[in-house]
Amino acid sequence: MTSLTPRDKDTIKAFMAKASVYAEEIGKDALCRMIAVYPQTKTYFSHWKDVSPTSGHVKKHGITIMNAVADAVSKLDDLKGGLLSLSELHAFTLRVDPANFKILSHNILVVMAILFPEEFTPEVHVSMDKFLAAVALSLAEKYR
Amino acid sequence: MVKFTEQERDVVRAVWEKVDVDEIGPEALIRVLITYPWTERYFGKFGDLFSISAVSTNAKLAEHGKVVLRSLGRAVEDMDNIKKTYAELSRLHCEKIHVDPDNFRLLADCITITIACKLKSTFNSNVQATWQKFLTAVVEAMTSQYN
Repeated sequence: MTSLTPRDKDTIKAFMAKASVYAEEIGKDALCRMIAVYPQTKTYFSHWKDVSPTSGHVKKHGITIMNAVADAVSKLDDLKGGLLSLSELHAFTLRVDPANFKILSHNILVVMAILFPEEFTPEVHVSMDKFLAAVALSLAEKYR
Repeated sequence: MVKFTEQERDVVRAVWEKVDVDEIGPEALIRVLITYPWTERYFGKFGDLFSISAVSTNAKLAEHGKVVLRSLGRAVEDMDNIKKTYAELSRLHCEKIHVDPDNFRLLADCITITIACKLKSTFNSNVQATWQKFLTAVVEAMTSQYN
């Protein structure tokens, strides 16, 4: 389900070349939307004083996440290997239910649709959805 | 039953006002078939859906997109009775068309993304939260008669 074809990889690289300039904006907005629209995701951030969608913590963390996603483009040919230490972090320390990766992915796609309404065609949509699913799968690699 | 505040109703109606059913319906359904190709299984009688360009230009699919989105309008008009509004459609999708109800969630996500492309930054996180609450109620109603 998540094998990326050569065409997917070209589409992902081309689109992300444009989008990664806005990685911080995308990250902030996607995480804000995830928390606002799917409040159950707040449970992972109970250690923050302010878990409201527009808090400084949320913005900063959104940037961290999206920078990692943008970086994953350079590891497209071996996501499992490239994301190994992040997978260990998510598996043993953070223990985020992998269902939430899908939720965040959806919100990243919504933000991309808003920022790039012309470029985010159905072809780009499917390749980006597959890319985020592949990243999520690699993150879940060490879970069990 | 899902309850909506006056403010939430206003938000949903405001989004809906900006939606051209004949434009958004086809686009959303095309996105579903391209992003989640297994959904093609439900459209065997629509002809060629075996490539991205075939999906994008299939007249029957476009027409069906309009039908689906017009149906969503019924929920906007009567937000207090969403479950009742879709009871018969739910039975139809279960008993006659045999659609896996997870596909309703996929369609809802594609409708959201298509609307996001259209509304751009006015589709902010508060609007998205309310819109998602509304679509979740619709998806639940469409799943309600499954057995």
